[in-house]
Amino acid sequence: MGGVIDSMSHTVLVVEDEPNIVLSLQFIMRQAGFTVRVVSDGDQALRAIEDYVPDLVLLDIMLPKRDGFAVCEAIRANPACHKVKIIMLSAKSRDADRNKALELGADEFVTKPFSTRNLGELVNRMFLTGAPASPPPRT
Amino acid sequence: MSSGLVLAVSALYLGLLFAIAQYVDTHERAKRIFHRNPYVFTLSMAVFCTSWTFYGSVGRAATTGLSFLPIYLGPTLVFVLWSTLWIKIIRICKQQRITSIADFIASRYGKRSTLGGLVTIIAVVGTMPYISLQLKSIGNSFRILVTSSAGSMPAQPVDPLFFVDTTLVVAIALSLFAILFGTRHLDASEHHEGLVVAIAFESVVKLIAFLAVGLFVTYGIFHGFTDIFQRASVDPALSRLFTVSQGSGYSQWMTMTLLSMAAIICLPRQFYITAVENPDEEYIRKATWLFPLYLLVINLFVLPIAIGGRLAFAGTPVDADMFVLTVPLYYDYPVLALFAFVGGLSAATSMVIVASIALATMVCNDLVMPLLLRWRWANINKTADLTGLLLAIRRISIVVILILGYGYYRFASESYSLVTIGLVSFAAAAQFAPSIIGGIFWKNATYSGALTGLMLGFLMWLYTLLLPSFAQSGWLPVSFIEHGAFGIWWLKPYALFGLEGFDRLTHALFWSMLVNIGAFWLMSILTQQTAIERIQAVQFVDVFRGADDAADSSYWRGTATIGDLQQLVGRFVGVQRVAEAFDAFAAARNISLKKNQQVDASLLDFAERLLAGSIGSATARVMIGSIVKGEIVSLDEVYRILDETSQVIEYSHKLEQKSAELEEATAQLRTANERLKELDSLKDDFLSMVSHELRTPLTSLRAFAEILQDNPTVSGPQRDQFLSIIIKESERLTRLIDQLLDLAKLEAGRMDWSLRDVDVATTIEEAVAALNALIHEKDIRLEMDMPDDLPFVRADRDQLIQVIVNLISNAIKFCDSERGVIRIRVTRQAEALLVGVEDNGFGIPAPMTEVIFERFRQTLSPAGGKPQGSGLGLAICKQIVTFLGGEIWAENLDRGGVGFFFTIPMAKS
Repeated sequence: MGGVIDSMSHTVLVVEDEPNIVLSLQFIMRQAGFTVRVVSDGDQALRAIEDYVPDLVLLDIMLPKRDGFAVCEAIRANPACHKVKIIMLSAKSRDADRNKALELGADEFVTKPFSTRNLGELVNRMFLTGAPASPPPRT
Repeated sequence: MSSGLVLAVSALYLGLLFAIAQYVDTHERAKRIFHRNPYVFTLSMAVFCTSWTFYGSVGRAATTGLSFLPIYLGPTLVFVLWSTLWIKIIRICKQQRITSIADFIASRYGKRSTLGGLVTIIAVVGTMPYISLQLKSIGNSFRILVTSSAGSMPAQPVDPLFFVDTTLVVAIALSLFAILFGTRHLDASEHHEGLVVAIAFESVVKLIAFLAVGLFVTYGIFHGFTDIFQRASVDPALSRLFTVSQGSGYSQWMTMTLLSMAAIICLPRQFYITAVENPDEEYIRKATWLFPLYLLVINLFVLPIAIGGRLAFAGTPVDADMFVLTVPLYYDYPVLALFAFVGGLSAATSMVIVASIALATMVCNDLVMPLLLRWRWANINKTADLTGLLLAIRRISIVVILILGYGYYRFASESYSLVTIGLVSFAAAAQFAPSIIGGIFWKNATYSGALTGLMLGFLMWLYTLLLPSFAQSGWLPVSFIEHGAFGIWWLKPYALFGLEGFDRLTHALFWSMLVNIGAFWLMSILTQQTAIERIQAVQFVDVFRGADDAADSSYWRGTATIGDLQQLVGRFVGVQRVAEAFDAFAAARNISLKKNQQVDASLLDFAERLLAGSIGSATARVMIGSIVKGEIVSLDEVYRILDETSQVIEYSHKLEQKSAELEEATAQLRTANERLKELDSLKDDFLSMVSHELRTPLTSLRAFAEILQDNPTVSGPQRDQFLSIIIKESERLTRLIDQLLDLAKLEAGRMDWSLRDVDVATTIEEAVAALNALIHEKDIRLEMDMPDDLPFVRADRDQLIQVIVNLISNAIKFCDSERGVIRIRVTRQAEALLVGVEDNGFGIPAPMTEVIFERFRQTLSPAGGKPQGSGLGLAICKQIVTFLGGEIWAENLDRGGVGFFFTIPMAKS
């Protein structure tokens, strides 16, 4: 795993309804130097964005109330959030879902189960260079 | 001479004839040598020379001089000048498989049984006098031979055979003989080789016998021709015989020449031997000179014998018709007389046999069979083998024909000379001439023309020749002749419409031919031919052309009109459509099509393709071929084609039905396909759901395993937390997989059920016991409400426990977190027990009560987070309850919380 991202100003919003996965993501993102905020459904996610613009959103698709696609769309529609990076994490593994996510403006699409190491590297690359240099390896 | 000797000789002679026929029929080599032989063929044609020639010519010469000659002049002229006529007729007969003159005429005019039947009737009635002539001559010659002695000739010979009419015996004997000869094998189109050779043999016998008598008279009694004629010229009564008499003599000559010209073609037996039995049309070329030569030779001694007889019997009333027999007897040459008798017998038998066979064939094929087919078609159709029936018809016909001949002999013949009787028959046969000659040279001759012509000609013949002959014999009042029918003067049969001055024969021929030819011509002009008539007309008239370029499509031209073609195709395709198609065809080629126009090859092609669209190419070709090329279609084939046509129509009906059924099936398939697609997409969704549900615990497993591996420094309590998550998620995964398999089994109906009577109370207690730890852990109060004496239910115990465990687990998850209460109630219904599991939680949104039993349908956990569980529990419950014959549902309770209820049928006590 790359070094800790220097500035503590980076914040990640984890949108996930599965408590154990939230726990693991919290652990990994804190380790990577992010401030972690957690919400467990789509509506909460949108309220959180209004409240405070994060640098990164880890977004599940299968969410109660409002699904990840809708959240993604809403973030991209918000001019205040144009710099926000979005990584969608999903157990949905079909190409159609991946394409839809990328079309709606997600920066990355990571299939569950994911490797914590790969996810960490992906986040590091994003925030060291501003954009991924190469497509993230599939896990 | 003893009658026994004459009978024995006659029997021997007939036996010899039969032996010859039998031998030829059974020996191929004899057939090749004798039957396929132009000389034998020509001799068989000499069946023309009957008793009429053998006895009658002398009689005629002795009374009216040279007037016996035109009867031979006519045939000679036909053969010498017009042999191609015969070749044409023979060619047609072979191509069309003609079996008789009736068949020939019927076939030419569209194969209608009415015409064939009429021709048959005319032929039978017309031949009647001719046969009576033969019977009379045999009977008379027999009587004379056995009763006379040298020097004395009885004027009226009496019957020697004790009160029995000799002529009747002759008729019966000849009919039996004809049956033996003619109905041994059946197929009329097959050649009767033995018969032909035997008839040729008879021609030799009668010629030699006649020559023997002639030579005897000329050189035995007199000193050659010069001597005879010198003696005759001295006698004024005799010298008159050598010159053609004045006045009506010329017209009679003309009449008889024309009659005999017609007769050589139209006599049924002559037509039969020359055309039907002909082995090779080339033989006609030999007959062209050989047949007239035969006629010449057999007539050489007619005058000498006649003069000899007149001189010998001067002043005595001896029948001149029997001079051939009586002259040798007079000069006491009984053996020669016996030979002459055999000659006469051969002349008579040959005619009777051939005529009766030819007529019997016609009666059978053109009269009886069509009637049988019409009246008893069903029965005839069922009888596979008609051979016996056909043979019986022909045999009976032969007997009837001879009896008719005998009848005519009894009623009319006795007072007439042989030649006079014969000429009546000639006049009847001549009625066929317009239809035959017109039919093979004039394409526009129609069925109606032939039918009316024949009918009127025949009626005229009946009225002017046959009826008067009955009248003169006393069977009709003589006033009929003298004053006309009903006393109307212009209906006098010998002077019809006031026409006088002709001899009776010329008069009859004039009127019959006038109405015959007139009606034939007029009706042919006035009436239209049917398609098959037109085809046949071309086949007959252009018979020589057809054989050479039958394959050439130009031959097709002129055999059918556009109207016919259009009608044919219209029957199958629809009149309107055909009309439009033909119009389009004409427009594309910038031509105009008229109904009467002849079809050309390109239009045929077009019509065939049009037809093929409806009835298939093969049938279309047959149908077009049948109308255009005019292939000869037998009655059977016509019925078959009609049958096939109706089958085709039926088939197309069936096809329509089938295609309707197919459309329906297609619609059903489309629906089923859509349903399948739907199911497929449901299955896809399900798999996607399963995949999601499996990936979720796997994600935690992997994440924490990696975290623990990468971070050895994770502290004790956190480490324990992570490890317990891993264990729980593993359990979740296992449970999920188990439930998936259970559900799959249930849905596929592969679950092994062990149904027995189950006590619900103990089952519920067992389920509660399994979950007791969890209930205590969550501090939930459990209320049980069950009557004591619950009946058994019919169920699988383990599955029932699973249902109850699932429902209680759900209730544990959803009941109030602080003061959870779960109430389990069992109530008794009419035929089932009602089990309820109620919690005191949030309840579920109303729309969810229906869908909550579907797979992976979950509500939120009370905490608002993700619910625990696979989302398969309720789906499994529904499957089990449904299988056990109960129902399951969920409802929100008035006092809060949700209740899950299911029924389960009681066991039958």
